[in-house]
Amino acid sequence: MKATSDRKTWQITDYIVLIVLSTAFTFFTKTVALAQGPTPTDDEVNRIAKQLYCPVCESTPLDVCPTEACRQWRDVIRTMLAEGKSEEEIKQYFVQQYGARVLAEPPNRLVSYLVPAVAILLGAFMLFRGFRMWMKPSKTESSLEGATREAKPVQDPYIAKLEEELKKQK
Amino acid sequence: MTESTISAPRRGVPIWVQIIIWVFLVGLLAIVAMGLNRAQQGTVQPGQVIENFTLPLYSSYELDGKSEINIQELRGKVVVINFWASWCKPCEQEAAELQAAWKEYEATGQVVFLGVDYVDTEPEARVYLKKFGITYANGPDLATRISQYFRIKGVPETYFIDQNGVLQYVQVGPFTSIDQIRAQIDPLLK
Amino acid sequence: MIANFGFGVLVISFLVTLYSVFAAIYGERKKIPAMVESARRAMLLTWPLLTLTAGILIYLLVNDYYQVQFVYEVTSRSMPTYLKVTAWWGGQAGSLLFWSWLMSAFASLVTLRKWDRDREFLPWVIVVACVTMAFFIGMNVFFENPFAQLYQTFAGNIEPHTFQPAESVPFTPADGRGLNPLLRHPGMVIHPPMLYLGFVSFVIPYAFAMAALITGRTDDRWIRLTRRWTLWAWLFLSFGLVLGGRWAYDVLGWGGYWGWDPVEIAAFMPWLTGTAFLHSVMIQEKRGMLKHWNMLLVILTYDLVIFGTFLTRSGVLSSVHAFAQSAIGPLFFGFIGLTLITSVALIIYRWESLKSETQMTSLLSREALFLLNNLLFMSILVVCFWGVIFPLISELFTGQKVTVGPPFYERATSPLFAALMLLMGIAPLSAWGQSTVKTLGRAIWKPIVGAIVVTAVLFATYTRNPGALIGFFLIALVILVTLYEYWRGANARQKSQDENIFTAFWNLTGRNRRRYGGYIIHLSMMLMAVGILGIEIFQVETQGTLEVNQQVSIGGYDVVYQDIAQFQGPDGREVTRAVLSVYKGGEYLGELNPRIDYYYDAQQTMTIPGQRSTLRDDLYILLVDWEPVAATGATFKIFVNPLVNWLWLGSLLFLVGVVIAAWPEKEVERIAVRSKAPVQQQTSAAD
Repeated sequence: MKATSDRKTWQITDYIVLIVLSTAFTFFTKTVALAQGPTPTDDEVNRIAKQLYCPVCESTPLDVCPTEACRQWRDVIRTMLAEGKSEEEIKQYFVQQYGARVLAEPPNRLVSYLVPAVAILLGAFMLFRGFRMWMKPSKTESSLEGATREAKPVQDPYIAKLEEELKKQK
Repeated sequence: MTESTISAPRRGVPIWVQIIIWVFLVGLLAIVAMGLNRAQQGTVQPGQVIENFTLPLYSSYELDGKSEINIQELRGKVVVINFWASWCKPCEQEAAELQAAWKEYEATGQVVFLGVDYVDTEPEARVYLKKFGITYANGPDLATRISQYFRIKGVPETYFIDQNGVLQYVQVGPFTSIDQIRAQIDPLLK
Repeated sequence: MIANFGFGVLVISFLVTLYSVFAAIYGERKKIPAMVESARRAMLLTWPLLTLTAGILIYLLVNDYYQVQFVYEVTSRSMPTYLKVTAWWGGQAGSLLFWSWLMSAFASLVTLRKWDRDREFLPWVIVVACVTMAFFIGMNVFFENPFAQLYQTFAGNIEPHTFQPAESVPFTPADGRGLNPLLRHPGMVIHPPMLYLGFVSFVIPYAFAMAALITGRTDDRWIRLTRRWTLWAWLFLSFGLVLGGRWAYDVLGWGGYWGWDPVEIAAFMPWLTGTAFLHSVMIQEKRGMLKHWNMLLVILTYDLVIFGTFLTRSGVLSSVHAFAQSAIGPLFFGFIGLTLITSVALIIYRWESLKSETQMTSLLSREALFLLNNLLFMSILVVCFWGVIFPLISELFTGQKVTVGPPFYERATSPLFAALMLLMGIAPLSAWGQSTVKTLGRAIWKPIVGAIVVTAVLFATYTRNPGALIGFFLIALVILVTLYEYWRGANARQKSQDENIFTAFWNLTGRNRRRYGGYIIHLSMMLMAVGILGIEIFQVETQGTLEVNQQVSIGGYDVVYQDIAQFQGPDGREVTRAVLSVYKGGEYLGELNPRIDYYYDAQQTMTIPGQRSTLRDDLYILLVDWEPVAATGATFKIFVNPLVNWLWLGSLLFLVGVVIAAWPEKEVERIAVRSKAPVQQQTSAAD
């Protein structure tokens, strides 16, 4: 726990310098960059925006969010794409700038998937233990079971008739 | 939850299963209660000492030439922290008042204004700062750490911290006049 | 004045529910049947009382009484009358009242049934129903009064108060703020009532389960009494969910119907436990097993219903739907805690008497497969619950806010859904009690071969996507198995009864409604699965700025931007409407009109898609942006959503299936007849 938090702070301090420099740089070179490469299409922007969530409008993916803040974010993606940044770099930039909640999934996948997986496996284990417990005494009762099964159709005469018909067919 | 039903025991429910069930239930309720408590808390309340945090500053909006400040270094001065964003319409209502107030107090050297830019992009932020002629220190709320600490409910919000680092007043929503700002700062300067 | 009267009636209904609770307990303890009867009648009174309350509220809403805070918040003069009525459930206070009103209707229906055989349940059913009702009405009385009026105080502040404070004057705004535009949609008119009906009607099985636990009469009488209720409850809940999806598709402009939003999941969770319950209840009826489990499922469903209501209203999770943070959060929390702890304690107390009667004999028997089905539903519940609660845990313990969005849910639940479908394919062919690989294999090989053929054809003609192929294989399997079962039954009947095949089908369904209604529901689920698979896997989209007469091609469609116009809508909105022509292979198909509506009163915009729907795919166009000055260019987002229409078709078939399964049979008479012979009560295996 300690180690990870240390690493986090290292990343951040490291990043602050980077951000201040690079964003200043991007600001001044924005127009130039746009003129340089082909302008990224809306589809290219949306492909990345789809995977991001803006904290201002929770639960709405960035590509369909109509708010002003989200429009600005899409512009940032466009600018970064024009600069030749990769998808991963762009997502990383947003995480560092606005926190992990911009991602559609918690960054630590291990925790988010492990807990439900363990709970489900535990449930499955309990269920199969239950099966075995139920089935153990069945040897002595199996004849009885067979009898009840034979007798059961009495509850629903129609089903009995139906099953019989089916047998005849075979 | 599954365990309680499937392992049909001979006589009643064994104590250890009961304990597991109750611990699980209470734990679950406790988490929801904590979440609820946090949701109901509102912003940081006056009287609380503000812990240290670091605010990186936009270039040409530095404080005394420093591109990054720790709030603790500002002890001994009155600190006004204003949360804003370029996409926030109500923020525009108070931008001129804040800048005018800053101009009044700048010369005294007793007061520091800090603009914390909440969930914003730098180019748009700069356009906003230029549009309202803002000159006091401004920087981004990286990873929304600062706003989370203050538990802001939205933008704009303004926090007045005294010389000892104690929060004195919280303004939720925009100021409508410069007098409102003066009314909070002047008593702290005495 | 009218508002005060409304509040008065509300308070009286609150007192009546409280009286009902105490009279029922007192009558039961002191063995005074007259007291219990009095409690029953008091409960019957709540519905007329709440109807009157609601009538007054609607009167205020329709007639623009803006002095009433609630009316001010959810209506405005420009709204049409039908929307003013539905604004009833468009805000916190009103929707709570709506909840109570529906609850009282259900409680009344329950108390009107014949109780001769089940006298001992009556007081406790009344207690549970009325405690729940009192809780919701109490919320209205003490915290969210829909009749609170606006007053201007001496200091000049305008505040809502139930009674006029001293030195204040009534304040009536000239116009209201208007209903949230998102809620001004025909889908929103029926979606919340359906969902609430589903929520509320699950209280009834819970009340009976509690009554069974408290009285110790833990045979499956309570299940027999409530199974039809449960089916109706499930119908409403399911249909509420589907309508919510349709509404999202038509109004939210995401190009989808389901965003795994916490509020959607909050409504989905009781559906999961409810569906599990519907299946496992059959095991108890047929085999006398799983009594604990069924109790637990009913309790879970009830508390998830309340939890869902809580999540949306407490501000614990913020979400697009969530009502603003509110004082009622802690009370909801307390109520959930109280009911959950009481219920679980009762189960533990009655553990011994709930023990199973029979043994399981085969892992392939139908009861074993039903148990697996329950495990899968519970697993999906665990995933959903964890996804909802995880951001909370993360923020509390690490200070880091995270989003748990669709990728998580899709990845975690899709194998579970696939397994469920596989079970849906196998289970109808396995028998109760005993089933072996041999018997099962003999029954299933034909449908499996059929499904493989279908998949191969799709592989050759439609898609090579492995996920889609697995999905289509499972869908084909379930459909074929279900039809095969149907055919076997009808064929047998045709032979034995000498009926033609159609009469045979008809009578088959009529004679065993629950079974064949259930099969229709399975079929409908598969149609929905086709739609879900289509949009999840094959959706294509593009976005771009078009100039007039410019064309864009997507998914076989050619879309040409013709025109854009801005005009005033009839009900206080400014409409910006684009005209696009749609062609396919050179053939003109018609025009689509995506638009952006700006509502003046609510100061909010809505993006309404232009849609063209076919069984093959939907063309779904959103107007994203336009240039107001030049009016030459406009940005559109265009989706092609294959097969999504099957989702809505499936939901209609689903409706048919549930109605067939839940339609009252002659069984009512049988109960009445049997009630004369109380000896039979204990033979739980009967029927």
